[in-house]
Amino acid sequence: MAVITTNGLTHTFRTKRGPVTAVRGIDLTVERGEILGFLGPNGAGKTTTLRMLTTLLPPTGGSATVAGHDLARDPAGVRRRIGYVAQSGGVDPTVSVREELVTQGRLYRMDKPGATARAAELARELDLTALLDRPCAALSGGQRRRLDIALGLVHRPGILFLDEPTTGLDPGSRADLWQLIRRLRAEHGMTVCLTTHYLDEAEALSDRLVIVDQGLVAAEGTARDLKAEYGGSPDATLQDAFIAVTGRGAAPRDPAPLAV
Amino acid sequence: MPHLVSDTALIFGRYARQTLRSTPALVFGMVQPLLFLVFFGPLLTDVPLGGQGSSWQTIVPGILVQLGLFSASFAGIGLILERRTGVIERMRVTPVSRLALLMGRVLKDVVQLLTQSVVLVCVAVALGLRAPVLGVAIGFLFVGVLTVSLASLSYALAMRVATPQGFAPVINSLTMPAMLLSGILLPMSLGPRWLDVTSHFVPFRYLVDGVRAAFAGEYGDGKIASAAVVATALAAVSVTLGARLFRQAGA
Ligand SMILES: Nc1ncnc2c1ncn2[C@@H]1O[C@H](COP(=O)(O)OP(=O)(O)O)[C@@H](O)[C@H]1O
Ligand SMILES: [Mg+2]
Repeated sequence: MAVITTNGLTHTFRTKRGPVTAVRGIDLTVERGEILGFLGPNGAGKTTTLRMLTTLLPPTGGSATVAGHDLARDPAGVRRRIGYVAQSGGVDPTVSVREELVTQGRLYRMDKPGATARAAELARELDLTALLDRPCAALSGGQRRRLDIALGLVHRPGILFLDEPTTGLDPGSRADLWQLIRRLRAEHGMTVCLTTHYLDEAEALSDRLVIVDQGLVAAEGTARDLKAEYGGSPDATLQDAFIAVTGRGAAPRDPAPLAV
Repeated sequence: MPHLVSDTALIFGRYARQTLRSTPALVFGMVQPLLFLVFFGPLLTDVPLGGQGSSWQTIVPGILVQLGLFSASFAGIGLILERRTGVIERMRVTPVSRLALLMGRVLKDVVQLLTQSVVLVCVAVALGLRAPVLGVAIGFLFVGVLTVSLASLSYALAMRVATPQGFAPVINSLTMPAMLLSGILLPMSLGPRWLDVTSHFVPFRYLVDGVRAAFAGEYGDGKIASAAVVATALAAVSVTLGARLFRQAGA
């Protein structure tokens, strides 16, 4: 069953130097329980697409249904059913981990005891319990990322959007995060849409890939499909397919080989 | 909007705790008005200010409105910095009331300003201010409503500009003339006629006159009524505009 469908989703930013069309008509279908990877060079329109699907940015064209609610007509309905973790996260460095988690629960209209209990539960699940009384500024990169994700999970959303969840993390933390994302799907049946510019990550983690380039879906399918269709040879890599589709390499080289 | 009140209380609590954590900011916010009180106030003790009551009854209302004008106008700076951390988007992706995201902050600014005002008035009393309690309370009410208006506009602007460097010049170029033309330091009625007339086009002028009349205990001469009308209109326009910009997703 499809939990996200988009139809010609478009966004044009009005800037001082004229209009910038960041997303030029994206058609997508995401099935329940799927892990979908958005892959694309910097500036391709991945973040803009996620910000539209999460109600943060009104589309300037097209339409979408997310978790059964129309994006334009019922953004509040969408908000109750999705979680979003922005690329830069979103915590106040001076606030404690516990206070951020409880506040987030309260923003989702939980009562105080409920939000407090949920904070403790998430802290256990995401290995943050020992950090609950630290200010967010005192967390390492990987710990910060786990907190960002915990904040997106407070209300048990059916769909989780993650914007470059592993950018800037060391290999160990990246591996932990991959595990976590797989576990969310396995244990909670969650649908996950994530963006990345690491090809190895996209391939290892996603059931299906969408290559976005210049605001358009340039190719989509499983990693195997993409390699077969665009790679040119039987032992082609995803990198080969990516270059064939976009005309250039993925933004940076993957930072380090990662045992999965 | 059944959740408006509880959402506003939640946002208010968050920013009130944030403010209490940063005592230096709280203390420094008080330094300038205290300097005015201690080093400027006594200069005018025997100068005829043409107003009602003693010179303290003229100066203290000016200092209160000035504090409100500047601290509320610059309230948006904090929001700009917070937008960069991603906290604002994290909150906007939840079902929390958009109006509450604005009003919770504004309410914190009002409480902070009224607390500072109480301290200032206590110091002023020690220096020689005598004013009726009702008048002081009316003065606080006006300063509170002024803070609601200016803080709403300031946050609305802060949702539109990306950097403090884009924000501060706009606010500076509005607050300085507003301060000079509203008779915050000295009553405009002391000046030449053209200046007095010009100042009547600046809404804060009516507020300053209203707070002065209240501190002087002159409740019936129309100044308080004019101030009430101006304050209410300003708040209605500002909150409507601020709320609209907060509702629209940040482009
Ligand atoms: N707020 C904005 N105002 C103007 N242009 C923007 C804004 N946000 C993104 N863009 C532009 O839209 C395009 C897509 O950006 P983005 O969605 O962030 O790409 P990605 O996440 O794939 O790197 C880029 O050209 C970017 O400069
Ligand atoms: Mg991006």
